[in-house]
Amino acid sequence: MSAPGQRAGRSWLLRPRSPLDPAPLSMAVSYALLGFWAFVVLFPLYWVLITSFKQPIDVNDGPFYLMWVDFQPSLHAWKYIFVDLAHDTFRPYLNTVIVALISSALALALGSMAGYGLARMHYRPRLGNIALFAGCVALAVAAIVGAGLPWSIAVAAALALFLLLAQTVGRRFRRALGNDDIAFWMISQRILPPVAVVIPVYVLFQQIGLRDSLAALIITYVAVNLPIVVWLMRDSFQAIPLELEESAMIDGASRFTIFRKVVLPIARPSLASAFLLMLILTWNEYLLALMLSTADTQTLPLLIAAQNATRGPQWWYMSVLILIMIVPVVAMAVALERYIRRGMLIGAVKG
Amino acid sequence: VATRDDQAALAGLARASAAPRARPWSGLSQSLDRHAPAVFIMPAVLVVLAMSIFPLLVSLYLSLSRFKFVKGGFELRFIGLLNYKKLLLGSEQFHFLGTFGALSAAGWAVLGLAAVGLCALLVRHARGAGATLPGLFWRALACAGAFLLILLIVLTNSGDGHPGSLVVTLFYVGIGVLAQYCIGLGLALLCAQNLPGRKFFRVVFFLPMMITPVGIAYTFRMLSDTTKGPFTPIWQYFGWTETSWLVDPWGARLAVMIGDAWQWIPFMFVVLLVAIESQPQDQREAALVDGASRWQVFRYVTWPAILPVSATVLLIRVIEAFKIIDLPNVLTNGGPGIASESMTLHAFVAWRALDLGGSAAVAYMLLFVVVFVCMSMLALVRPAESEARP
Repeated sequence: MSAPGQRAGRSWLLRPRSPLDPAPLSMAVSYALLGFWAFVVLFPLYWVLITSFKQPIDVNDGPFYLMWVDFQPSLHAWKYIFVDLAHDTFRPYLNTVIVALISSALALALGSMAGYGLARMHYRPRLGNIALFAGCVALAVAAIVGAGLPWSIAVAAALALFLLLAQTVGRRFRRALGNDDIAFWMISQRILPPVAVVIPVYVLFQQIGLRDSLAALIITYVAVNLPIVVWLMRDSFQAIPLELEESAMIDGASRFTIFRKVVLPIARPSLASAFLLMLILTWNEYLLALMLSTADTQTLPLLIAAQNATRGPQWWYMSVLILIMIVPVVAMAVALERYIRRGMLIGAVKG
Repeated sequence: VATRDDQAALAGLARASAAPRARPWSGLSQSLDRHAPAVFIMPAVLVVLAMSIFPLLVSLYLSLSRFKFVKGGFELRFIGLLNYKKLLLGSEQFHFLGTFGALSAAGWAVLGLAAVGLCALLVRHARGAGATLPGLFWRALACAGAFLLILLIVLTNSGDGHPGSLVVTLFYVGIGVLAQYCIGLGLALLCAQNLPGRKFFRVVFFLPMMITPVGIAYTFRMLSDTTKGPFTPIWQYFGWTETSWLVDPWGARLAVMIGDAWQWIPFMFVVLLVAIESQPQDQREAALVDGASRWQVFRYVTWPAILPVSATVLLIRVIEAFKIIDLPNVLTNGGPGIASESMTLHAFVAWRALDLGGSAAVAYMLLFVVVFVCMSMLALVRPAESEARP
């Protein structure tokens, strides 16, 4: 297999030591490409970082690249954001933290329960009942927006009608759906563009007096992110061996006790993945926050988007804001990368 | 880790079975237990119903009516399909579909190719085994829809046509997601090699996904500045300092696509990397030892193995990409004019102008397009998956 003498000089670059390893030359090319992409990823972040230490004149007089070499760093922008504008900065920050934490926790609680139900219990919703329900909802909507009935009366009437029909006519329907159909219905909610539902949601919150409150944002985020949690948790519950739950059941533990004391502790890593994924999604969300919140309930993405001031964008302030927004998630991503990656994978690979 | 989990489970088991049977609330808890299945699933189902199905119906009604503020409230008047007519044929056509230009020779050629290709697809399916009449019908419908979209793209991009928000969104989704997939796959293949230090690259490549799109939008506005941005020397070398990315229609669209790609290539990368690494290594190694080239190994071993995952990530990204609003709104403000406006941004602009009916109509058109594209993709994916898993 050894090459003739005069070609050896060229071929050691092209020939790997073993067939499984890449050749030195292709390794060099790989490193060059990987290094280039690392530059593509890191350079924008570096630029934001140094811009936050620049004086306006350092930004406007053309590009300067290196701190202490090209320009003298200054903390004026940090001081402006943290001291002069302290109130306007911290309130959105606090809002974002509250909304992200509470909505993620709620979505996790509801979603893991539904995920467990879909993984372990059998549901057979009758098709006819679903049609009945849709009909009642349509009637209620028509009564509210069409005939101007107060929403509380219309909802109560529709609910009563549905229960009555389900108890009488509903028992005759035969065709039913299964667990997979319910799970698919849940995940197909992601197809729905949020802009198609946000206007009625806005009106709904206005009607029940929750407009401009953090609760409105929290409820909306729970609803938007719930399908992902259900999907993720159902998948990880299905992977847990049944024996444990069966023996607990034989010992007389109730479903809820089993869920709380046997299943949830085992699923802790998946719970962590789902929670982190929810946190990141809600932390960065823009459209729903834009349409559902105003001054008092503003979240961080809105604060940053609003920096497009009349005097032209003030890059130095904006960089500080972007940094304080992304530092927590980036730190989390580096530290807990394993969990976040896991959460994304279950959704993507099994989806 | 597994043993610790097992221990935790056993401990939990012990606690669960030792739980006292007779509690003051035992009546309530027994009846709860009898209805356990409903208790587990109902909260989630109710939340999703209340926050998506109900608003969706209200939105449908809104899109069929005219919304007006009157003294002390608002007034809704049913106007049928007028909002949709305005978008497709009337005064908002330029905004939604775009302005049509005269077809050039190249335009005719593209249309002809598309028609021939789609017909060939249909004929191939009809001749294949397992072709059913309903299947054929839906496929024909999908092909007709695809042809209409291609026709729209060609018409608004030839001559003096200008694409509207529908066509621009299709660009963001089609070109953007495909580019993200190709680059993500390339990076995943590079990172799957036996290279020292690849752990570092993995963590770094993962980062952009964590960053808020609004922040990305401003960062890329800084970077694309031709007089103060970091790449100014390059623009000066080419003499482009007088122009700006964001005043040119294609420059603005490209800037949005680059920002979106920067954020979402990591997603493709992470998922595809795991897919590549989870395939059995012995096949690959056997092929390499037998002297197959790296391209052959990719084409005949790796590619079939990652095909199902590829289809899924593409579908997920297409669904999410149709919702794009943050980047066009902050990076380019939809401009110049409406050149980089996505459909979601279009709906938002209409909403801000208090044209709630028009806004809901745009949102519903978006819903139709997304559902159509997803269904067509699913129909394409299913045969591909069954081929990949014989």
